[in-house]
Amino acid sequence: MSLQNFLLLSAVLFSIGLYGALTRRNAVGVLMSIELMFNAVNVAAVAVSRYVTPAALRADPSATADAVVQHVLTGQVFTIFVIAVAAAEVALGLAIVIAVFRSRGTVDLTQVNLMKR
Amino acid sequence: MTAQDVMFWLLAGGSVGAAIAVVTVRSIFRAAILLAVCFMAIAGLFVLLNADFLAVVQVLIYVGAVSVLLAFASMLTRDAETGNAANSLRVPALLGAALFFVLLSSIALETDWVLMEGSLPAATLDRVHEVLSATPMWLAGLLLKEWVLPFEVASVLLLAALLGALVVVRERQP
Repeated sequence: MSLQNFLLLSAVLFSIGLYGALTRRNAVGVLMSIELMFNAVNVAAVAVSRYVTPAALRADPSATADAVVQHVLTGQVFTIFVIAVAAAEVALGLAIVIAVFRSRGTVDLTQVNLMKR
Repeated sequence: MTAQDVMFWLLAGGSVGAAIAVVTVRSIFRAAILLAVCFMAIAGLFVLLNADFLAVVQVLIYVGAVSVLLAFASMLTRDAETGNAANSLRVPALLGAALFFVLLSSIALETDWVLMEGSLPAATLDRVHEVLSATPMWLAGLLLKEWVLPFEVASVLLLAALLGALVVVRERQP
């Protein structure tokens, strides 16, 4: 269990999500793949902030506890905001999917081509 | 191999297996359930990374809300049973995703990471471990002091998303 393990796991999850987002025909499936990618990024952010020395601490080894907290937990704070934005994104995304289904009777993304013509 | 290593490989295998199933399984409803399994495994990984609060948030928001919302949406739209088919881009998408994985993993492996164990003096390292042993408390202080403005903006964003979702799905009167 090291930083590299977590980053590789995150890369695997992100690539699976990327493949899913590119290939799913169902709009809900695409949203699921995007959520997978968000989670992969969260794992990477938390792992990096857990293991890597913050530059500010490297320059100043006599930092106070508050400075340590601020730099060591940055990844976790970022992840909280990513989760908040992802929640907003999935709520709006599903609302759009429902609206498309209501007006066109399908959520197959290959059939939703109104802007093509 | 310590117990933590065993847990890491179990959770990593579980999350990757569930993620692969999400993008390959035929039924979109099953994909939503498997997505919840994947999110649970990632919550376990957060615990291994000393991010207890994030693990709880992950279970509450992703497993409890996002997966359920996706399952509901898959049932509200048609073809829940067989609606998760792939489009004609399968091979190029697989190639692109594999290439992107090679890029990401080479970055992860080639970068000369400066790890905290080994580069910080013992006193600072002790403080870091002290912080990591009780992250919820320190996170609360950070969110309501240093990051209070983004914190409030996030609540406005959630309110706007809520109202936007209501407006988008509302039945229009003719």
